[in-house]
This record gives sequence, structure tokens and C-alpha cells, in this order.
Amino acid sequence: MESLKDKVAIVGMGCTPFGEFWDKDIVDLIVEAADEAFADANVTAKDMQAAWVGYTVQDNAMTGIILSSALQLQFIPVTRVENACGTGAETIRGAALGLASHTYDLVLALGFEKMKDAGFGGIGQAWPGKWHPVYGAAPEVGGAVGRYALAATKYFSTYGLSPEDGKRMLAKVSVKSHYNGSRNPKAMLRNRITVEQVMNAPIIAWPLGLFDCCGICDGASAAIMCRTEDAKRYRPKGDYITVKASAIACGPGWGKERVNYGYTVWEETEAAAKQAYAMAGITNPRKELSLAEVHDCFSIAEVIACESMGLCEKGHARDDIESGAWEQTGEIPVNVSGGLKAFGHPAGASGGREVYEFYKQFQGKADDKTRQLKDLKMGLSHNQGGHPGNFVAGITIVGEPPSR
Amino acid sequence: MVGIVSYGAYVPIYRLNREAIGAMWNKGVGKGERAIANADEDSITMGVEAVIDCLHGMDRSQVDGLYFATDSPPYIEKQSASIIRAAADLREDILTFDVAHSLRGAGSAMRVAADAVAAGSAKKVLVAASERRIPPPNSDFEVQFGDGAAAFLLGDTDVAAVLEGSYHMSSEFLDVWRKPQDTYVQTTEERFIRDEAWMKMIPQAVAGLMKKLNITPKDITKAAYYAPDARTHSSIAGQMKLDPKTQVQNPLLDNVGNTGTALAPMILVAALEDAKPGDRILFATYGDGADAFLFKVTEQIEKIRDRRGIKRHVASKMMLPNYGKYVEIRELMEWESPRRGARRSSLPVLWRERKMIYALYGQKCRKCGNIQYPRQRICIFCQAKDDFDPIRLSDKTGKVFTFSMDQRAQEIVLPKVFTVVNLDGGGRFYSVMTDRDTTKISVGMPVEMTFRIQMGPSENLPLEGSGLYNYFWRVRPVRC
Repeated sequence: MESLKDKVAIVGMGCTPFGEFWDKDIVDLIVEAADEAFADANVTAKDMQAAWVGYTVQDNAMTGIILSSALQLQFIPVTRVENACGTGAETIRGAALGLASHTYDLVLALGFEKMKDAGFGGIGQAWPGKWHPVYGAAPEVGGAVGRYALAATKYFSTYGLSPEDGKRMLAKVSVKSHYNGSRNPKAMLRNRITVEQVMNAPIIAWPLGLFDCCGICDGASAAIMCRTEDAKRYRPKGDYITVKASAIACGPGWGKERVNYGYTVWEETEAAAKQAYAMAGITNPRKELSLAEVHDCFSIAEVIACESMGLCEKGHARDDIESGAWEQTGEIPVNVSGGLKAFGHPAGASGGREVYEFYKQFQGKADDKTRQLKDLKMGLSHNQGGHPGNFVAGITIVGEPPSR
Repeated sequence: MVGIVSYGAYVPIYRLNREAIGAMWNKGVGKGERAIANADEDSITMGVEAVIDCLHGMDRSQVDGLYFATDSPPYIEKQSASIIRAAADLREDILTFDVAHSLRGAGSAMRVAADAVAAGSAKKVLVAASERRIPPPNSDFEVQFGDGAAAFLLGDTDVAAVLEGSYHMSSEFLDVWRKPQDTYVQTTEERFIRDEAWMKMIPQAVAGLMKKLNITPKDITKAAYYAPDARTHSSIAGQMKLDPKTQVQNPLLDNVGNTGTALAPMILVAALEDAKPGDRILFATYGDGADAFLFKVTEQIEKIRDRRGIKRHVASKMMLPNYGKYVEIRELMEWESPRRGARRSSLPVLWRERKMIYALYGQKCRKCGNIQYPRQRICIFCQAKDDFDPIRLSDKTGKVFTFSMDQRAQEIVLPKVFTVVNLDGGGRFYSVMTDRDTTKISVGMPVEMTFRIQMGPSENLPLEGSGLYNYFWRVRPVRC
């Protein structure tokens, strides 16, 4: 088995602002993200030899044609990928594999989601169960919040936190996300909040309240990718990044039916991290990673993801949250972009958006200079789709190109 | 010797204090409580409860028939008994039918069941009665009605109460009626009904029975019979020359309410709970005439005491805080149209997986011994293929492993409590918790299974796009 490490580079990226765009449709989002990426890499749509497009469920989109028709790509291969909220990572992985196999030389990976045409809050079509919808994960028998809240309850009880203490720990995660998001011009939620506000917010699914939940919204992100040896054609060295690892772990599911599933570890994320660290040659992620963009659809998701990826010892998230280890100035900045929580979560676009954060940080182009990190080496982007016990997780690690 | 082999009953956990009804309409309506079915209960789910209570500790495969009496079937066309049979995990090769359209249905079904056993076409037959009628707001019915169910197993071996005889009367008397399109029970002047029906029909049938069996009122130990309210019930006793203090079983009208078709059967269960060998119990149902039965209790009665029956169910209750909560769970107001489109359950799936969905069968891996639900081809623990024994999970108890309380889910009674349960004896079950006090839910709490409406054709349960009732098993805190 060969590692993908440094074989593929990202030479251009684009990302729309994330938000509720009543005046934009899918085509607008795709064109906006792709245009930024094309201009960034100094290429055009005509230069694309293949494309990968990721989105989850859309009334107004099917297949890869949504991408080719929006951008008027002329008869090139377009692969549609879907891994629920983990779709973004799969989009980049597909493109990377296409390049590493030398089948194509220059490709587009684009993820989008138009979630606010639905007419209701939250996510639409959820995860079908075995006897959908009688028994499963459809909103009828449990939406995303209710599912992640099961993990929050169990995390509190496993580690001996009272609901009050547990909620306070989670509140601090959301306060951090909003603080970071408030300084990110493309973020959806740019208001700063306090722990008390979080604690007193309406309950959505006990123990999670309004501010424990990310913003469901519209957006798109895009990456122009080539093999690393060709990257210098598009931009100077030091201005592009390479893929260090691209891993997906599709769980066997049935966690909520399996007595040995504990709800305090994302097993799929743990497995994807193991694959990714091996590929990237990382032994101490907390030290070696310059930042981590973590799938924090809910505050508890960030906590358990960080523990599952070894960024924090299991059961010790509270110590890190108290010490500020995950803050911008901390040991391992987590969601310095604002995360899904504050930047917003258009399902298919989030994975690419997380990579975009490292890309811009690495180039020294953080939109708001107060958010700019220094001396970046490697960044991790984590995505997961499904619900506790039934995830597909994706991890993309990108970083500084090799010195050779 | 045909008679009652076992009995069971069900009273929903919620009660509405009559003072709350009086407070709503600003008038005195008397004291006591009505038992109110939860929003996810109907006559079928309550029937399942009573049947399972009746079959407690018994081999369910010995049941040869299920006759189900109700005036409140969820479907006008589509059998209810078949759903109860499936949920109670009775055999498929048995006779099931519904006896509807009359308050007297349970008595009629009992006679037919006894005849089937006597004729030898069946060894053991279940007769169940269940009722969840909707009274018109601000009416006498609203004060009187209650919800509940009862079930009896009839047979000719291990008989706990021998059927000594019965007497039947059919009368074309119009007192209550409901057309298919009517939500509420219709009626006429109460004084007319009292004089010509309530005070006459049961007494006439009982007089006929006594003459037939050559007994007198003194021979009756306890009488269990229908009446719409406590005062009328007491007057009927006088009419039958029974001593209301010693010979009349408390009719549950004060603390449960008039449960229609199920009322006399529920009173009979209460009578059997206290009966001693040798007691003679009179049982009479009313509606479009009357049916009267005489039972003689045997020593066998001592062996079927461990049912929840009436006493334990009545003692286990939660009060609805006010009339508004009653309006909510009975869906007496029109809800906002759902914003999300309704999902359609696949009827081929419901058919294909009927054992798993209705009787809640999981499977136990023969290789690693782990119990799992739902059905798999490959073991989710050891990956062995197609090597399982079926195992019924509906009679398992368990402990809450984790839970969440969703305030915005599609459900009438919010929050919707999603619950992951580790079953005692192995296996894990994911479901919704019902009949719960949200301030008392905790990890580790003991729970049990209950058959409920999971999705329905009305608006605020999860809306079933196929326009049908979709039943499934939920969990509840161990009831009593």
C-alpha cells in the first residue's frame, strides 16, 4: 500500500461566504466558489480534465451534471460523491486519487449545499434506518440534535459531570467558536456570546441548547488540484499546499444497537485518524499539527472528535477547554475559523471549507489579521456524516510541500 | 367445564381530575378522575397491553383465537384483532375477528368464545375489550368517559372461573350512536335512556339468567356490570335486589371512568382479583340489549394472581396538570400544518419484517451469543453469517444507557425522549420513551416495552404519509 503523502497539491481554492442566501441558488454558489478557485490558480474551467462534486440531498440536483451544467464543463468526467455531512473530505479524496493514479493532471473538487430552500430549520432528509421510517434515524424518530445529545448525556455520565457542569464545559466550546467566527468575514454567525447566554438558551434536545448547535446554511467550496511536481506551474513554492493524508473510515454502523458501543468515542473518526496519521507520518498529532478544523456540528461533537483523534486524552477535554489549549493561542488551535458552529454548515461544502482555512492561513492570507497563525506546517480537516454509532468519517491532512 | 382461565387489564397512566374539567367550563362536574390514553395509545395498543397482561407467565402459542371488542377501532375497514395478535406474538393460524358497533361487544364475544371451546373448535380463546372514545367537549360524556382495556382467556382446562350459564337479550334501543364521519358519540335525553334502558335491560337479562339457572340474588357473591355513571350503577343494583354494599363490585366509574365496551370486563377483572374459590360472580354487559353471565370461581384463581390487572394499574398514575394538556394529547385542536413533508412507510417492508416490527423479534448469535436488533445477516459483534436464533424482545426489561429529550421533534407530547436501552439478559434497543416524567429520567433507570403508535395519519404525531397507523414498540419506566 502506497501513501498519498505529498503526491498531490492544492494550487487554488475558493469558498463562498456561508449563510442564508435567499437570493442565491445552487448554480450561484457553485459558480462563485469555482470562480474564486480558478482565478486563484490562474486557470479556467476549460483547463479541468475531470471533476468531483459532493453534496448530500438536494431537490434540485442529481448526479455530476449539476456541476457540469453550472460551470458549462464540456463532456469531461464528473463524479458525484456523497458521505452525508462528511461529503467534503470524500470530494478531495476522489480528486487526489484521480491525480495520484496519473489518470488526470488538473482537476476540480467542489462541494456545495443549498439547505435553506427547504422551508424549515435543521437538516432535511436524514439518515434512513433499516425499516425507514418506522425504525431509523429519520427526523420522525430522531433528528441529528437528538442523536448527538445521546452522546452528550452519556459523556456527562461516563465522566461524572453533572448536567450543569457538562453543559458549562460545552458552553465554553461554543463561546470559543463564536469568538473565532466573529473575526472571520465569510462566517455565518459573527456574534460573540457568553457562557451564560449559552447556558440560558432554549433547549433543542436536552442536554443540548440552541448555542450547542451549528448553523445550517448555504455555501460552496472548491479546490484546484494537480500532482505536486506540476504545482509550480500554477503558483510559487510556499504558496501552495500538499495533501499529506486523505482517509475515510466507514463504520459498520449499529452503534445504537450494539452493547459495546459507548457513545463517548467516535470510532469511525478514531479509525480515520489512525489511517491519516500513518499516511502523513504523524506520531504526536497534538504537537505536529498547526491547527485542526474539527466537525463540530454540535458542541459535544468537537469534544468527542478531539478526544477520538488523539488531540486530547480521552475524558480530558474539560481540562483542555479550561486551560484554553484549543484556543487560537493554545497548544492546538481547534476551529480557529469558527468551525461548523459559527462559520456555518452547508453539508457538502464543509470539508473543503476546512481545508480552505489551512490553505489561507498557510499563505498568510487569513481575512482578519487577528486570526492569522504563524509557522504553519500541517493542518487537519475532519468531517463526519451520519450519527453516533453510525458514521462515515473523513480526515484530510494538508501542509507545507516537501523541501525536495 | 368452560370458563375463564386467565384475566388481564390495562389502565393508561394518565388521569384527568374532574375538577380540571369543571375549571375549564366554570361549573361543578363532580369529583374523581378519568383515565386518559396517552397520545400514542389507541384501542389497539391498550388491547395489546391487556392481552399480554392476561397471558403473563403463559405459553402464548396455546391461544387458538382472539376476539376483539371495541367501539373505537382505529380503522373502520381493517381488522384490529390481527394487529393485536401480531403484537402479542400469537400464532398466525388462529381465528381473529373484531366485534364492533355495540357497547355490548365484549359480552357477545365471550359467549362466542365459550361456545367455540365447548364445541371443540378451539382449546383456548382470548376475548379482549378496549375503548378510547372521544367525548364532546363540555358534555356529560366528557365528565364520564375513561379509557382502558381488559382481556380474558377462555378454555376448558385450568379454569379459574367456570361459566355456569348466560342469558342474552337484543333490543332496538337508540341511546348512543356514532356514524363513521362522527368524531363524538351522539345521544338523546338521558331521562328516557335511564328509565327504559339502563334501569331495565341488565335487570331483565339478569332475571332471565337467574330463572334459567334457578338461583336467587342471594346466590351472587359479586356483580360486575355496566352503567354509565356511579349513581345509575347503584340504582341498577337496587333493581336487581343486590346489596350495593356487599354484592356489587366497585364499578371504576369514579377513578377510571366509563370505558364503554371495556367497562364491564374491567369490573369483572377487578372482581376476580378479590374473588375466593366458591364465589359466584355475575357479569353483565349492556348496549342494544344485554348479556348476563354467571361464573363460579375455582381454586385455580390463586394461581393467576400475579397480573397487573386493575388494582396495580389504577394505583400507577400521573395526573394531567390541566384541561389543556388533555386537549393536546387527545388532539382536540387543529395543529399547524407540518413544515416537513410526511414520509411514507413502505408497506412491503412492514409486511416482510412483521415478526421484527410487531412481535419485536431480535436475534441471538449462535457463535458469540450476542442479542441484536434489528435483523441482520452478518452478526454485528462477531461477523458470523446467518447463524442466529430468533428471540422475542417485547417482554424484556432493560436499563437506560443514554437518552436525549428533543423539544422540536415531530411528536404530540414533547419533548420526545430518545432512549438507548441495554436489555436485561443482553441486547440493546433504541426507541422513544413514553409515559414518562421528564424530571425523573436518568441513566440506569429501569424500563420496559410498550406497544404504541409510532407514526399516525393525524398531523402532529410523526405524520405517516401512507395515511395509516404505524405501530412500534416504545419503552416506558417500569410501570408497576
